[in-house]
Amino acid sequence: MARVFFEGITKRFGDVYAVRDLTLEVQDEEFFVLLGPSGCGKTTALRIVAGLEEPSEGDIHIGDRVVTEVPAKDRDLAMVFQNYALYPHMSVYDNIAFGLRMRKHSKDEIDRLVRDAVATLGIAELLKRKPGQLSGGQRQRVALGRAIVRRPQVFLMDEPLSNLDSKMRVQMRSELIRLHRELGATFIYVTHDQVEAMTMGARLAVLNEGRLQQVGTPQDVYDRPENLFVAAFIGSPAMNLLDAEPAQVDGKACVRAGGVDVALPDALAKQLEASGASSLVMGVRPEHLDLSVKEPAVTFEGKVDLVESLGSEQHITVAINGNSLIARIAASEKIEHGASFQLAVAPQHVQLFNASTKERIGP
Amino acid sequence: MSAAAPARRLLPRPVREFLVALPFLIPSLFLFGAFVFYPLGKSVYLGFFISNPFRTRQIYVGFDQYRDVLTSSDFATTLVVTGTFTLYTVVPALAIGTFLAIIANQKLPGIVIFRTIFSSTLAASVAISAVFWLVLLHPSLGVLNDGFEAIGLPRVNWLADGGWAVGERATAWDVFAAWFIDPNWALISVSLATVWMNIGLFTIIVLAGLQTIPDELYESARIDGAGRWSEFWHVTLPMLSPTLFFASVVGMIFAFQSFGQIQILTQGGPADASKVLLFSIFQTGFEPPFRVGAASVQALALFVIMLGLTLAQFRLIGGRVFYR
Repeated sequence: MARVFFEGITKRFGDVYAVRDLTLEVQDEEFFVLLGPSGCGKTTALRIVAGLEEPSEGDIHIGDRVVTEVPAKDRDLAMVFQNYALYPHMSVYDNIAFGLRMRKHSKDEIDRLVRDAVATLGIAELLKRKPGQLSGGQRQRVALGRAIVRRPQVFLMDEPLSNLDSKMRVQMRSELIRLHRELGATFIYVTHDQVEAMTMGARLAVLNEGRLQQVGTPQDVYDRPENLFVAAFIGSPAMNLLDAEPAQVDGKACVRAGGVDVALPDALAKQLEASGASSLVMGVRPEHLDLSVKEPAVTFEGKVDLVESLGSEQHITVAINGNSLIARIAASEKIEHGASFQLAVAPQHVQLFNASTKERIGP
Repeated sequence: MSAAAPARRLLPRPVREFLVALPFLIPSLFLFGAFVFYPLGKSVYLGFFISNPFRTRQIYVGFDQYRDVLTSSDFATTLVVTGTFTLYTVVPALAIGTFLAIIANQKLPGIVIFRTIFSSTLAASVAISAVFWLVLLHPSLGVLNDGFEAIGLPRVNWLADGGWAVGERATAWDVFAAWFIDPNWALISVSLATVWMNIGLFTIIVLAGLQTIPDELYESARIDGAGRWSEFWHVTLPMLSPTLFFASVVGMIFAFQSFGQIQILTQGGPADASKVLLFSIFQTGFEPPFRVGAASVQALALFVIMLGLTLAQFRLIGGRVFYR
């Protein structure tokens, strides 16, 4: 059983906080993703689990053990590094066997385990090569081989796909998911790539400036970002965020944003009132803006500023009263630069944030 | 018959490319020619003659002088001394330099101070270093003998005790047997000074090599279960091998080129106990009776030996060195 529990982890480098009071539980056999921009502390958090860094405060639990003081090699985990960290002077076989040799396994057992591992990863024909003779994807597989050969309870992965080209990345993504299913071990996966986070993680944690922003399933985090940072960070193109203020129209609660009054669903209106917030940020996902939506809808009018065609869809930037909105529109629509344009949104897709606390308002 | 092809087509492509390259090569060709190729050719030429001190008269002797010099027992002794000197200087300097570099590579506050101290011997000139050791090694006033006495060892006449069976008719075996029974203190003293002088450079070279090893390799090894010793053996040493190889070649060439410290400390003595090949060349050619021809033969021998050893190092060790 290998759940990993971060208990109030803080890590300071001099005056700089890399991680602040992080409390987080990763379930046994879970594929858990730590997501955030560079410098958010995700790699430091991972290195603390690995035993490569000591936390300034707090404890790491793996399974039922507190491992804060346990050396890296005795934590029963493996780590895959961003640059693979293969030993360049050793063959693929020796690279994979190294951890077993250090642990004094018998020669026959090492051979059997190495061959199992390379069979799983489809690199059996590379055993005699040196890392310098391998492509990026192959090196990545060797790095994975070195991790899985010891059958640890926990796998730590530090942006393992970031050095691969985009095609290889997509392929390795699905292989990692398959590997996780086969091994039945706990994976903690660090990335700044939200596509990886969304597609691979059973749950993910968003970090920023060393602080935990939100934990949840990818869909949960996408649909209900708990604060402005998560709202802006998750999603591509990013969520449209407009300054807004509470207003009343015909006795009904609404918010005024971009020169338009947006009537709120009752539940949201109640929570807005309860929050007492006076300045707001209104968020709308680009896919929720369209040429027309079924009533009731709110319509923003403006001029088309930019048309980016992606083949399957197009991203339209529309300038509205000094703001700009990005919408995802079907590729079949003919839209021209400079044309007047209307974008409609259904009120249930409007998200609200308190502009001063930056926290979410609403269900 | 067609019209004549343009003039440049008359020359084949490699020749045309060479003509373009030539102006770029001329400056270095001139320098190498004046200071390397011409003296080299001249040495070969001088080896064929016996001359009076200022070469106002010379007699052609052909290969006889080559044969006489290269088969003399003096030359054999010089070779043994030179080989021993190389061994005494390169191996310890490399080992100590590596050790100091590993210490200096720790990430500790103030480590820069130690890096500076460890590499400082590089900044001392040969003459200053040699005089410094002359004082340390002084038989009655030197600190080294005081230290020996303090721990109950006999005082050593460092620079004046030749040891071995050096001199006339010593065979290589005599010398080898005597290595341990009757140490050649004069050569050890000169080597000691030379090692000290070389440590600075070796520390810097090895430190630079250590800093190219990515931290991730050590971290990965730690997770894989390697201890300090395994890390050194399986990560540091292989990753450092090109650096150590380079340092050993450089160190060997340094050893063959050592002159200043020998001139100041022992003048090759006593009884040729510290006369390395280069020093022998100097004595033969520039001290009475100024046997320029014989000195030239020795100089050529030095050239061939260094070339051969460097090539051998590349062949024997070079293949096992790991380059990224």
